[in-house]
Amino acid sequence: MTAEHDLVALRPEQPTIPPEHPWNRLPVIGAVCAVLGIVVCAILGMGNPKQFFFSWLVSFLFFLSLALGALFFVLIQYASQGGWGIVLRRIGEITFATVPMMAALFIPVLFGLHDLFSWSVPGAAEHDALLQWKAPFLNIPFFLIRAALYFGIWSFIALLYYRGSRGQDVTGDPRVSARLRRFAGPGIIVLALTSTFASVDWIMSLTPHWYSTMFGVYFFAGSFVGFIALLSVVAVAMRQAGLLDTVISAEHLQDIGKFLFAFMVFWTYIAFSQFFLIWYGNLPEETIWYRARMEGSWLTVSIFLMAGHFAVPFFYLMGRAVKRRNSTLAVGGAWLLAMHFVDLYWQVMPTLHPEGLRLSALDVAAFVAVGGCFVAAASWLMRRQALVPLRDPRLAESLAFENV
Amino acid sequence: MPLLRPQLPTGPHYGILAEFATPTDLYHACERVRDAGFTRWDAHTPFPVHGLDKAMGLRRSPLPWIVLVMGLTGAAGGFGLQWWVHADAYPLVISGKPYFAWPAMIPITFELGVLFAAFGAVFGMLGLNRLPMHYHPLFKSKVFERVTDDAFFISIESWDPRFDPSATGKLLESLGARSVELLES
Repeated sequence: MTAEHDLVALRPEQPTIPPEHPWNRLPVIGAVCAVLGIVVCAILGMGNPKQFFFSWLVSFLFFLSLALGALFFVLIQYASQGGWGIVLRRIGEITFATVPMMAALFIPVLFGLHDLFSWSVPGAAEHDALLQWKAPFLNIPFFLIRAALYFGIWSFIALLYYRGSRGQDVTGDPRVSARLRRFAGPGIIVLALTSTFASVDWIMSLTPHWYSTMFGVYFFAGSFVGFIALLSVVAVAMRQAGLLDTVISAEHLQDIGKFLFAFMVFWTYIAFSQFFLIWYGNLPEETIWYRARMEGSWLTVSIFLMAGHFAVPFFYLMGRAVKRRNSTLAVGGAWLLAMHFVDLYWQVMPTLHPEGLRLSALDVAAFVAVGGCFVAAASWLMRRQALVPLRDPRLAESLAFENV
Repeated sequence: MPLLRPQLPTGPHYGILAEFATPTDLYHACERVRDAGFTRWDAHTPFPVHGLDKAMGLRRSPLPWIVLVMGLTGAAGGFGLQWWVHADAYPLVISGKPYFAWPAMIPITFELGVLFAAFGAVFGMLGLNRLPMHYHPLFKSKVFERVTDDAFFISIESWDPRFDPSATGKLLESLGARSVELLES
């Protein structure tokens, strides 16, 4: 009667990148960008190491947050036994499979600890009661142990799900899905805790005197929006490039759009709640962070963020037709991806430039370097496998998915 | 527009009711009725039949626009009211904040936006469905009692320009109807 009950099957040529396809060149393009970016970073960074470390941190956090957002997305799909998104899951799996590489890209940050984190400078806590109070947490050995722990846990979860899903491509064993589903609930909790602490370590502690109890959720919300935005851009790019163009339908695009809209609003809710309580309570150890962002050109960035990360996309993404068309959804996704970068930039950079927004060539170089590595790794993984989980028990359901 | 036109056909006949045994029969019958160009008709099922709106050729509901307008009205009203109260009518210094302390007004603006949007959704839906309706000729039919149980129906109303008591009935029979009934107003 309806498509839902028909068994829809993939044609064998559909789910892989064909041999002569232009996307086969992406790993090389990414690698060239990465090398160029790293060389420029090295040259410019010699003269201005502080700027380099901050620029690198922003770009590192941006791509890491996309990978973590992907991990959340896939685990939630498993935990909720979602059917619609199976055809999109491999994009998420490839995105979070870059987590171990992100650990390597974190190494430059370690060389800039003193430049980035004022609490790490020897003697910083000596005449500072608040830093002394926080010293049991904010000290270099514990910071390094935690970083190793985060990357260990994230890599473990990422590889567990990546390998599980790829293994199922070969065996078609439905028990893989059941096993990964059982692990998804606890996995989400572990992921929430580690990403919260990571955001405290790597973003909040840039302003070591600051207190905020909502920052972890704020980081999660931004990461999730970031990944869904990336997903919408990649899904549309694939359709345009003739990959999965008959697999990912307007119905899937609409659901990506709904996710994008919903989590954009969720980000706003969390961002405003964090600001609102601090603004209302008006306690100095909480307001310092916002004060730095409400003066001079940082205020302009703050207002731009409110408009660009909420007001404009709120009305843009509300309609149904916008979410179902390739071009319009990709514009919305690309815009929010850019806004996610602005958001992280706005969180990190006022520590380095409290006097106002100071764009640097190193911002671009670091972005190209980290982004090049990310694109190279992800597109290299894409070439090596099917672009959808071939033998997931719910694949037929996802292929036939229709919005009511 | 649906609010302004009369709810039921005038004249001696309400229309024709056809009963189908399975959702599949109903689905395909709906496609044929749609393709025959009927405009004032409906399908009745005990449970939602996926894709039936397409088979019936239904246009998208104007309800989202009602919800949008109501939501914006609520949000603007909530914000405007607080603005007027705090900055103009009763200017009081609260917690050392400025009179026009916009962050403090956001929660109520949000709540009123949601409240009015929900009103728009519920009452807009009732209005578009012309509910509440205290009388409907369909309930005179004995077989129609099974609409909440195990039977599937198409009703074509007599004020449809293509309606003809005998020809329309024959059409529905040819589509596999188990029974066809002409209903009085």
